[in-house]
Amino acid sequence: MLAAILSLTILGAVLGTVLGFANRFFQVEGNPLVEEIEALMPGSNCGQCGFPGCAGAAAAIAAGQASPTCCPPGGRSLAVTIAQRLGVSVELGGAEDPGPLVADIDESICIGCTRCIRACPTDAILGGPKQIHNVMRDSCSGCAQCIDQCPTEAMVMQPLPVTLQQWFWPKPALRA
Amino acid sequence: MGILDRFLRTARFSGGVHPDDHKRPAADAPLRVMPPPARLYVPLVQHIGSPARAIVAVGDHVRKGQRIGEPQGAVSAAIHAPTSGRVNAIGDIVAPHPSGLPVRGITIASDGRDEWCELETCDDPFALDPAEIGRRVARAGVVGLGGAAFPSAVKISGGLGARVDLLIINASECEPFLSCDDRLMRDRAAESVDGIAIMLHATGAREARIGIEDNKPEAIAAMRAAVAGHARIRVEVIPTRYPMGSEKHLILVLTGREVPAEGRPSDIGVVVHNVGTAVAVRNAVRFGRPLVSRMVTVNGACVRQPGNVEVPIGTLAGEVLAFCGGLRAEHGGPARLLLGGPMTGMQVPTLEVPVIKGTGGILVLDAAEVGEGEGDGSPCIRCGDCMRACPVGLLPLEIAARVRAGEVDAAARFGLADCIACGCCAYVCPSRIPLVQYFHHAKGELAARARGTQRNETIRTLTRAKAERVEREEREKAEALARRAAASLAAAAAAKQPAAVAEKAVEDASEEAGVCA
Ligand code: SF4
Ligand code: SF4
Ligand code: SF4
Ligand code: SF4
Repeated sequence: MLAAILSLTILGAVLGTVLGFANRFFQVEGNPLVEEIEALMPGSNCGQCGFPGCAGAAAAIAAGQASPTCCPPGGRSLAVTIAQRLGVSVELGGAEDPGPLVADIDESICIGCTRCIRACPTDAILGGPKQIHNVMRDSCSGCAQCIDQCPTEAMVMQPLPVTLQQWFWPKPALRA
Repeated sequence: MGILDRFLRTARFSGGVHPDDHKRPAADAPLRVMPPPARLYVPLVQHIGSPARAIVAVGDHVRKGQRIGEPQGAVSAAIHAPTSGRVNAIGDIVAPHPSGLPVRGITIASDGRDEWCELETCDDPFALDPAEIGRRVARAGVVGLGGAAFPSAVKISGGLGARVDLLIINASECEPFLSCDDRLMRDRAAESVDGIAIMLHATGAREARIGIEDNKPEAIAAMRAAVAGHARIRVEVIPTRYPMGSEKHLILVLTGREVPAEGRPSDIGVVVHNVGTAVAVRNAVRFGRPLVSRMVTVNGACVRQPGNVEVPIGTLAGEVLAFCGGLRAEHGGPARLLLGGPMTGMQVPTLEVPVIKGTGGILVLDAAEVGEGEGDGSPCIRCGDCMRACPVGLLPLEIAARVRAGEVDAAARFGLADCIACGCCAYVCPSRIPLVQYFHHAKGELAARARGTQRNETIRTLTRAKAERVEREEREKAEALARRAAASLAAAAAAKQPAAVAEKAVEDASEEAGVCA
């Protein structure tokens, strides 16, 4: 038994080291455009875009297979930034765009299980075991990964409330 | 002033319009002072900058002038109780804003006594250090009363970082329908000039020039008489043309100097204050009185007794109207409610909103004044009138076309950021295209994008931080695991115990790791 453990441990360590060096020395030069786009992405790998993580979405956008608007957490501003980088124009949804969605916890049913905290890629949720949890809206990326984790369905995604500082005039309606 | 001089001044800025000013008869009606109503709704943000923080609790008794909101951050202003009474609520009130969104504010039920709190007076403001004047002005929560509501203290004592030689007092009041500055100068000329002298002392400027449009002869006469004893303060009569009151245009007309694009007046040694602000500064420095009331022009064909009223901050616009005899139903009744003037003011959905520090006017216009009808709904005929009217020299038709097509970046390249939203273009447009609304929309859209980019950046940083933390924790856990396994192995070897114990330990450890992974 001991021998088995030891040999496996050593084997693991050696192979790990070899792999690590291989990664360094044989690194494939990535597509710089893809990397550049990926650096703009939220990085939460939530999959809402339909691609396996942000890297996949970045590759698809760079290859012209996906629209810059495909990432809901990134929203309009990300779409515009990417479109500018690519030099293409994007069709943004009009005034009906609800803006970014963020998670909200119903405090009356949160049991303080901390599962959502572990799922959250941005540490946007505050709370400890057996305490009511809370989402810091400014930090929530809107990835929705916490929603399914909640055993009591206390979490929902909601649009960010519009404040006085953020409100602006809608575009005048087109007249006939 | 010679005719030539006048000609030169008019020629100094191109564009602008001569709207029918509608100032009289409201401007000629005597000034009235409105007593505090039963309830006052005092928003915690009435200025440019961060909202103040409430420092009273529901149920507290407050006296007039007592500080109830503490400024937060570098650009902010203190809020004071406009009368004595009891704090009834701290929460959302409808903002005096076209969106009708709520704003945090303090509701005060007046006790009818209108009792001032202890005030720190000063007999000789000219003996005070300029920085001390700045502090007193800040303590009194004074903001620019011309409309922008920028906290004044910053602009009064050295906060601009640049030397100021010239203090310009904006008393042009170019906006149609409004006459509160006119009335203030007619009735309180000596106080205005005293305030200007205090500002002159605080800013360290060499001289002050008061710019008044030539459609206010009474105010000009009153101010000329009041400045008689002051060698360094001059009244300058300027031609009546909208938007004369725009800071950059006023400076150009009065000094011939141009403020650099994207620059501030202080870049050329000038600071501009509104004349109403001068009176507020005087009250703050001489009597320690915070800004708890202001002059408001109540005007429009639908108002029974138009005129100027001194209104406690927080009074509902509807109550001010009731004080002015209420509304007339003739001419088809009210067609538009406005806070501020018709060119730059805010159209509001209801009059159940409070008067705040920046509210210069409450207008209830009828259909004729709004001028709806003819030409409505036609497309742009590319007449170029808007271009000729624009005092900044922009191409409003081109900018609006880009915004309409959803290309706000293209609009920005046409100089959207320089638009001062004066409304001249929309005023002259024969097709009555809501040009200014396009520009407001586009500016808001650009600001929203900038916020979004900021947000995405924050989120990227947080995501990376969490990923790194998780990685580190896992590594540490793996290391701890390896250490523990090694330790139990050693123990097992030392005690010559059956391997089962060590095995058990490893199992335990991996179970833990499994849960945490
Ligand atoms: S939706 Fe956005 S954040 Fe989520 S995986 Fe796709 S690119 Fe990444
Ligand atoms: S709070 Fe939920 S939706 Fe927001 S970032 Fe965290 S996991 Fe995603
Ligand atoms: S609103 Fe803007 S574009 Fe129109 S005239 Fe004024 S500055 Fe020019
Ligand atoms: S004034 Fe109106 S109709 Fe004329 S060019 Fe400008 S936007 Fe077009």
